[in-house]
Amino acid sequence: MQKVYTKIETIVGNVVTVRAEGVKNGDLALVGDSYATVIKLDKDIVSLQVFAGAQGVSTTDTVKFLGRPMMVSFSDHLLGRVFTGSGVPRDNGPALTDNMIPIGGPSVNPAKRIVPKKMIRTGIPMIDMFNTLVESQKLPIFSVSGEPYNQLLARIALQAEVDVIILGGMGLKYDDYLSFRDALEKGGAMSHTVMFVHTAADPIVECSLVPDMSLAVAEQFALEGKKVLVLLTDMTNFADAQKEMAITMEQVPSNRGYPGDLYSCLASRYEKAVDFEGSGSITILGVTTMPGDDVTHPVPDNTGYITEGQYYLKNGHIEPFGSLSRLKQNVNDATRSDHRALMDGMIRLYSSYKESLEKKSMGFLMSEWDEKLIKYGELFESKLMDLSVNIPLEDALDLGWEILAECFEPNETGLKTSLLNERWPKEIG
Amino acid sequence: MDKITGYVTGVNGNLVNVSFNGSIKKNEVGYIICGDTKLKGEVIRINGDTASMQIYEMTNGIKVGDQVEFTSELMSVELGPGLLTQVFDGLQNPLPNLAEQCGFFLERGVYLNPIPDKDWEFTPIAKVGDKVGPGDAIGSVPEGLFTHLIMVPFNAKDLGWTVKSIKEKGVYNVRDIVAVIENENGESKELSMVFSHPVKEAVKCYEERLRPDETLVTQLRCIDTFLPVAKGGTFCVPGPFGAGKTVLQHMEAKNSAVDIVIVAACGERAGEVVEVLKEFPELIDPKTGRSLIERTIIICNTSSMPVAAREASVYTAVTMAEYYRQMGLDVLLLADSTSRWAQAMREMSGRLEEIPGEEAFPAYLESVIAAFYERAGKVKLKNGKTASVTIGGTVSPAGGNFEEPVTQATLKVVGAFHGLSRERSDARKYPSIHPIDSWSKYQGVADMEKVEVARSILKKSTEINQMMKVIGEEGTSSEDYITYQKGELLDAVYLQQNSFDPIDNACSPERQIYIFNVLYDILTSKYNVTEKRDIRAFFNQIRQEFLDWHNTEFGSEEFKAQEIRLTDCYKSKVSK
Repeated sequence: MQKVYTKIETIVGNVVTVRAEGVKNGDLALVGDSYATVIKLDKDIVSLQVFAGAQGVSTTDTVKFLGRPMMVSFSDHLLGRVFTGSGVPRDNGPALTDNMIPIGGPSVNPAKRIVPKKMIRTGIPMIDMFNTLVESQKLPIFSVSGEPYNQLLARIALQAEVDVIILGGMGLKYDDYLSFRDALEKGGAMSHTVMFVHTAADPIVECSLVPDMSLAVAEQFALEGKKVLVLLTDMTNFADAQKEMAITMEQVPSNRGYPGDLYSCLASRYEKAVDFEGSGSITILGVTTMPGDDVTHPVPDNTGYITEGQYYLKNGHIEPFGSLSRLKQNVNDATRSDHRALMDGMIRLYSSYKESLEKKSMGFLMSEWDEKLIKYGELFESKLMDLSVNIPLEDALDLGWEILAECFEPNETGLKTSLLNERWPKEIG
Repeated sequence: MDKITGYVTGVNGNLVNVSFNGSIKKNEVGYIICGDTKLKGEVIRINGDTASMQIYEMTNGIKVGDQVEFTSELMSVELGPGLLTQVFDGLQNPLPNLAEQCGFFLERGVYLNPIPDKDWEFTPIAKVGDKVGPGDAIGSVPEGLFTHLIMVPFNAKDLGWTVKSIKEKGVYNVRDIVAVIENENGESKELSMVFSHPVKEAVKCYEERLRPDETLVTQLRCIDTFLPVAKGGTFCVPGPFGAGKTVLQHMEAKNSAVDIVIVAACGERAGEVVEVLKEFPELIDPKTGRSLIERTIIICNTSSMPVAAREASVYTAVTMAEYYRQMGLDVLLLADSTSRWAQAMREMSGRLEEIPGEEAFPAYLESVIAAFYERAGKVKLKNGKTASVTIGGTVSPAGGNFEEPVTQATLKVVGAFHGLSRERSDARKYPSIHPIDSWSKYQGVADMEKVEVARSILKKSTEINQMMKVIGEEGTSSEDYITYQKGELLDAVYLQQNSFDPIDNACSPERQIYIFNVLYDILTSKYNVTEKRDIRAFFNQIRQEFLDWHNTEFGSEEFKAQEIRLTDCYKSKVSK
């Protein structure tokens, strides 16, 4: 039954209303030649959100209800392809229509989840060594605009040991999109990558579809037993799209104009991160830019409550403080015996270094110990924190010991004697 | 009587408008028939012949004209033996069973029996001819560690019921009729081991409510000594993300001296529930020697599950708590987090187009929160036993700012406030409860006057620390510097506790009193050290000895030996 309606009643923002019967909530429709979803029903008045924006929609345009919710095609043909937020090819490849699956599906039964315990290696010491990324984890990168977060994401995409990468770009600048594509192509990762990209110039509704599309596809790959890494950049743009749409719908704003259900909106996406027992997994790494470097802004704040830790990207490196991977203790006892103790010890010393640095800037007297800490801090920043460092975890741990040995006497590190005897690079004497 | 039916006239998010004929109640449960599935919802507003229902499921696929069936029952939970050790969603669907039936995903419209279909050994308590009222026991079954009382339903109107017949001691199915009772009007009622009770109606089948005056021991030093919680009391734990709210709640769930713990994970991460699920069965309760899961019920409505059911989940949890209280047990309900519940109310309020209050929360936010916490309480039951429900709720304030409406509304009604601080958690000082900003109105395990003295030293020490940041160590007098070090010592050896250490993670009240008295002596002594470097070294040494003391079993030889080392250490510098 594909009845065509020709009388559009109202057009407000990206929402059009039409009188129609027998329409289901959440169904897909064609307004003119643009897709739209049913977002509200009131008697025979149907409100439709037009993906491509209502600009240029005329009151006499046809509205055709397709009788099914928003879907995306799923098959291995997706790999290496680039789509828009509504699933239309952005490269020059053919449109895919086989094996359509619904997006925004139900959440995973908590009773079916398992405690995550597999590490994902990225070759970045600040991640592998200090804030280990764990399979099925959901982690945002909190960043100020202008930081190289997209480069970091691209590097993780290239280096992470996963089967499939899904990149969801929201509000990307066109050149950022191109650099992502080039980086993945150059690195040879494009063949196992699917991209859903909404650029800043595209209609706002498509932006809000990107995470759902990406995650629906990711879920299918994971159910096939693949290790999937979903990269979402930038979730603040997604939240802003939600805000824009909610305001057009005359919803009461709650905090700085964001809708009251912002938390639920973000949570239902991030919670798709899962490790299926006996099958694959989904790991989500999102970028959340903090407007004005303010972590109490509603978007990073709500995100922080949802995700399992966060990486702070500041001054071009991942901050050791504030950055936290909540799941790291699940995995870092199995990597190498000295991993946990060395990680804690080095961070503790780095924090003392920061205190000494503060003391120095206040003009207080520097003791011999302060000087040692400052030497240590500088080495730590240049050899481990720098994002261009690319070494496996084991080498990073060895490097950590070398830095310690270069700056301190063994008993100054606060590490256990047994561990020092085992790992200290020079003879203890 | 025919079932009242209606049909859908509008859908907006999870709010559905229904046109109906006949009489329906507010908060009555109805089902929307959407294709092959029935979706559960609750009437939240009636306007003429249109009822607004909040649907506990995703509303995709509902269309105008879909049939609606009303049940004429309020949103209820089933109560009976077999609730313990279970994992439910907010609507009391047992999640493991759901997983068996539906696999990885939570399919909508599947509602299973919450009470497992099991046989129990029933022992009658009431005799034929006995007068009984709501909440009175007619028999009992053994449920794990407890004697589970089979009671007259709480909402049976008190009309002088008498027992007409009751089954003899024996094994019966949970849904078998075990007794028949009759009221003055000659109406009879068949009772099985299971009955249902509306979640939003507080259970009041007790003699009287008592003042919460007995400390609920959590075995966390900083709570039991400085910020105590009482049995039957309420407390809240607000804190920014990453400050360790959930870890603290897990500690409380593990170590609290209560009979039953109900964990309501409301709108939080699924991963955290999984940790409880996988960890608790393996932990042994030292008091009973049984696995911790045997005294635990988990209600979980994680953040990605539908919002409306989130609101129901806290009520589901508190009703179960009240049910077990009626058996003379002490129950602790931990709700994580009440902010998500408040946000669920905000979402619904927005859809109902109500006039918003502060930060768009509904105007009735405060009264709803107050009513929820008031369901806690210590009571004297009709059989003379005392029992309690203690409620601890976490709050997740936006931006970590405690001025926001949910935190403020909660602070008005709770008896203890454990505010978590980002600074403390960043400095890895756990539990990260802020010792000065937090407060409690309850009686703790230690001598209150001594605690006050200790607290004032801590305050003074914080002030001196602030001052030292400006004028430097050089400009501080030795006396002040000693006070500063005393405060730091109190923090390091008493307020902080290592949750990963097998001995230190739980500190018994006897041990707390014992070591607190030693600490008190250290804090109130005067010392004849003057050089800052010596003061620091001296206190470092005390700290080290004290921390080593924590790692010894209470009352053991090592404990005594370490105590002597510690006292020798600080007594050596005490000025005469």
